[in-house]
Amino acid sequence: MIAAIWEVTSRFSSLPDFMFPSLTQVFQTLFNGLMSGQITEAIGKSLGRILIGFTIAIIVGLILGYFIWRFKLVEDTLGFVVTALQSIPSIVWFPLAIIWFGLNDFSILFIVTIGATWTMTVNATSGFRNVPQLYQRVAKTYGSTGFHFLRTVILPASVPQIISGLRIAWAFSWRALMAGELLGGGGGLGQLLEMGRSLGQMDLVISVMIIIAIIGTIVDNVVFSRLERNVQLKWGVNQR
Amino acid sequence: MMFSKKWGDFMYLTIDGIEKSFSNEKKENIKVLDEINIEVEKGSFVSIVGPSGCGKSTLLYLIAGLDKADKGEIRVAGKKVMKPGPERVVVFQEAGLFPWLTVLENVTYGLKLKKMPKKEAESKALDILKMVHLSRYVDSYPHQLSGGMKQRVAIARALVMEPDILLMDEPFSALDEQTRMVLHKELLEIWRKTKVTIFFVTHNIREAVQLSEKIIVFATRPGKIKETIYVPSMKDGVMPDSVTLHTEQRVLSILQEEIEKVLKEEMGNDYSFKTNHIHRDDSGDMGSHI
Repeated sequence: MIAAIWEVTSRFSSLPDFMFPSLTQVFQTLFNGLMSGQITEAIGKSLGRILIGFTIAIIVGLILGYFIWRFKLVEDTLGFVVTALQSIPSIVWFPLAIIWFGLNDFSILFIVTIGATWTMTVNATSGFRNVPQLYQRVAKTYGSTGFHFLRTVILPASVPQIISGLRIAWAFSWRALMAGELLGGGGGLGQLLEMGRSLGQMDLVISVMIIIAIIGTIVDNVVFSRLERNVQLKWGVNQR
Repeated sequence: MMFSKKWGDFMYLTIDGIEKSFSNEKKENIKVLDEINIEVEKGSFVSIVGPSGCGKSTLLYLIAGLDKADKGEIRVAGKKVMKPGPERVVVFQEAGLFPWLTVLENVTYGLKLKKMPKKEAESKALDILKMVHLSRYVDSYPHQLSGGMKQRVAIARALVMEPDILLMDEPFSALDEQTRMVLHKELLEIWRKTKVTIFFVTHNIREAVQLSEKIIVFATRPGKIKETIYVPSMKDGVMPDSVTLHTEQRVLSILQEEIEKVLKEEMGNDYSFKTNHIHRDDSGDMGSHI
């Protein structure tokens, strides 16, 4: 339905094709882009970046979360700062990043990471904090301490909350990535958008938008939903 | 003094002059345990009954090493209790199984911690799971089990450690009556088979009478030992109902004064608790105040 309206309005509108391309034209470009490797290469580059940034964010978030949970002093100081930092959209860091690292890959990686880190930290902290006292007591009576306690009780018990943290963190860093690439260049889907704009190729811009939407949806619906469902199945939905 | 020290050596669990206070919201110090002395022989089954808030669970946590006493010391099998350890495992009111592990993985959790080889740990766990009649559920996850089954897994998880003492904190109070009866029977069988020392905290008088050899009745605020009652032996057979009933009555009459104290504190001084006319259901459970 939407496709039909789009096709018809595009054909009959007075706007030139490059500003309001028809659906068929967009698909043509999308197909060509995928075939020629222009779009696929950009996808690879973007995914590579987000994978690195996201992984760093998860690790840093879990570690910070651990310290905030474990030490009262850290909670009172860093915990507060993290909450404040979380409310800053990550693209806001970009000017700083450019000055610190230059207009390069590293700056983009930086804002991708920072976009996900604080959310991850906040979720990890509350995940650790909500581990039922009962599990902790049980583990302790069986002699679990230190790293073993963390690995076998605290981490698995907070998995549901960590997954929902991952989900939000992913959304943040995906947005940050696109913004960063759009402004910073260095390849990737964001830069392809910028290229489409400067060349006046709205069919390319729309193609890239479609790709961005598809990847976003796939990751959210396939990766995280499946993770969540698996945990729910294993734990029983009402179990906490 | 020398004599009592020597005598203490024969005792498996010795609780010596334990005191414990908590501070409430108003920062007042509330004494929950006052001068507790208990001695338990190896292989015996001891129950603690008392009104809620009498500190019986606190005492169990102290033996488990999950909490520290202000004064006094606890020894189990000659070793002073300093921290939690697998030689003093606890079965809690809620089973507390890890939902991310299967039944078998839950039961082998403690053994793996002891660095026991996987094969050995699993065969041991399977033996114990057979004893609690759960062989069919080894690969299930906890949420797939009923409340009684979960508690069985918790008991298996504790027994597989071959603990010096098995601490049970109202383990059956969340279960329905039928399941509880079945588990009582099974627990007694396990106890006779394994000869494990059991320290059992409950507010159910009948449960205490049916299971244990010795019942320690606690007074409340502060928690103190009011009386120790020896249950007529029934190791060699089924105890006549009249004996059970008589023992129950005795425990109840000792407890009545304490119940009245609690009720007066909660409802005001005009409340009077008439003896021998209290509501009680078939389980001998007088509600959560006991």
